[in-house]
Amino acid sequence: MMTAKLNLTESLVYERPHALAETFTHYCPGCTHGVAHRLVAEVIDELNLAERTIGVAPVGCAVFAYNYFNVDFTEAAHGRAPAMATGIKRVRPENVVFTYQGDGDLAAIGLAEIMHVAARGENLTTIFVNNAIYGMTGGQMAPTTLPGQKTTSSPCGRNVARMGMPLKMAEIIASLPGTAYAVRRSLHNAKEIIKAKKAVRRAFEAQLADEGFAFVELLSSCPTNWGLSPAASLQWIEAQMLPYYPIGDYKVKPGQ
Amino acid sequence: MGKQLLKGNEAIAEAAVRAGATAYFGYPITPQTELLEYLSRRMPELNRVFLQAESEVAAINMVYGAACAGARTFTSSSSPGVSLMMEGLSYIAGSEVPMVLIDVMRGGPGLGNIAPAQGDYFQIVKGGGHGDYKLLVLAPATVQEAIDLTYQAFELAEKYRTIVVILADGSLGQMMEPAELPPMKPLQSEAPAWALTGAQSRPRRVITSIHLEPEDEEAFNHKLQVKFEEMARYEVRYYEYEVDDAEWIVVGFGTAGRVAQTAVKQARAQGLKVGLHRPISLYPFPERRLAELAQKACGFLVVEMNAGQMLEDVRLAVNGRAPVNFFGRMGGVVPLPDEVLAALWQMTDKKISLPHPSPVSCLPMYGGRP
Repeated sequence: MMTAKLNLTESLVYERPHALAETFTHYCPGCTHGVAHRLVAEVIDELNLAERTIGVAPVGCAVFAYNYFNVDFTEAAHGRAPAMATGIKRVRPENVVFTYQGDGDLAAIGLAEIMHVAARGENLTTIFVNNAIYGMTGGQMAPTTLPGQKTTSSPCGRNVARMGMPLKMAEIIASLPGTAYAVRRSLHNAKEIIKAKKAVRRAFEAQLADEGFAFVELLSSCPTNWGLSPAASLQWIEAQMLPYYPIGDYKVKPGQ
Repeated sequence: MGKQLLKGNEAIAEAAVRAGATAYFGYPITPQTELLEYLSRRMPELNRVFLQAESEVAAINMVYGAACAGARTFTSSSSPGVSLMMEGLSYIAGSEVPMVLIDVMRGGPGLGNIAPAQGDYFQIVKGGGHGDYKLLVLAPATVQEAIDLTYQAFELAEKYRTIVVILADGSLGQMMEPAELPPMKPLQSEAPAWALTGAQSRPRRVITSIHLEPEDEEAFNHKLQVKFEEMARYEVRYYEYEVDDAEWIVVGFGTAGRVAQTAVKQARAQGLKVGLHRPISLYPFPERRLAELAQKACGFLVVEMNAGQMLEDVRLAVNGRAPVNFFGRMGGVVPLPDEVLAALWQMTDKKISLPHPSPVSCLPMYGGRP
């Protein structure tokens, strides 16, 4: 009797980052928060930071960010994550501390807190998810909502004569003296995601090198509140958001 | 060590340092600014953390972060600044991390003024922020008492994983008195077992105040209530003077209680059988003791530097067993002993004119121009 001899070798092509918890997601289908989370988790793995990292979650769609990372986490009041992270980092400088915040949290109610961590040059890393809308509360106008963009609180489109122009946070943060690194990246296609990953990594490396405040703005999709399909949402980022929010390095402190 | 002439704000700051506080975050506001100024020099000298925040909102959230990371941490402010901290206090209470707040009260509402007042009783003792929570509130009347209570505050905060408030006022913060400082406590060598320190050789920890399922939030609230009841059982503090044979009881906390004590001495000299009950813990409120005093007292006079805030708690404790009168000065005016004395005599006259005194018939008396 002949026995077939199979020579099977496995080659691992995909693995969940260890820093990313194995659980169900509450994010909507097509939302790029999941991509942003994965990039942060990959960087934590690559730099071997899981045992040193303390994350601070915002209020907004990422309020449950603490469910998705296998690191110590806390959850701040709306907009106050940078102040909370300051308190943690000042008493435990040996830890790696990051905030993960959306545009309502960071650019509206928490503007003072984010500006002052940048002004003081706190050794913190902030991942800023800009999807031009308030997601968690159901799609209201954000400080990042584009001119003319329709939301549930700007039903005729953002009227810039009355509501002003959207805030360009990466540029604003770059202008502050304590900022070591401030860039904008996008999550609308694989090429840009790879570039975003590098920026996230550099933002953590800046903290490890005590260089000052590091800030990565990620243009992100919100299919549910934009009323678009996931694929159309990614196209919308490229067609609508990129012209107003150019991808770029707004501050890279020399020596990095 | 011996007694030294110490300014209230600086004495409180040094007491916190000696209690082993390792991180302070604050924002300037009169009449507590000397606390911040003193610590800006003192904390770095000891390699401890001092940071002047961009607002009281940021300061309380920095304290929140430091507390989550296991530091013995505190902040200080005065009434309008404390109003701004209410959001953070609610989150901290909802996360059960320990911290100490020094509130050196001033006149209000609004910007008010920088003179001593007691208008924060409601916002501090009754919660102030959203949700059902209590703070452990300790009200000193002298610089020595402020030192002693601050020195104990951190360990109480850690014991119950709660916020402890030292509720002082502008006169206590600004006055100088002879007082003795306690010895320097050794610093904690390890972070508490619940603190965020990085998940090294242990499962990750999460500190949050969110419980999305109503049943979970209710269960958490039950747990908080059990803790507050435990605080109520073990942490009642008060000071009494000449109450044993007293027919009339004056009740006042902090500076108002101290002024009232002078009035009680004068009234005794004039033959009036009067005593002082000065609550030190405002939460837990010494309600049982007041109920006990109400069994034999002809009446109570509550003296406060506000429009009658603790008055409500005295009335609840006395529960109609005796009339409860009130004398208050507002807007940053400190009552004079003579005014309290006059209010006392007026109250005793009522006993004669009203054979069956009813507590609802007792109108509040305010000093100053009508």
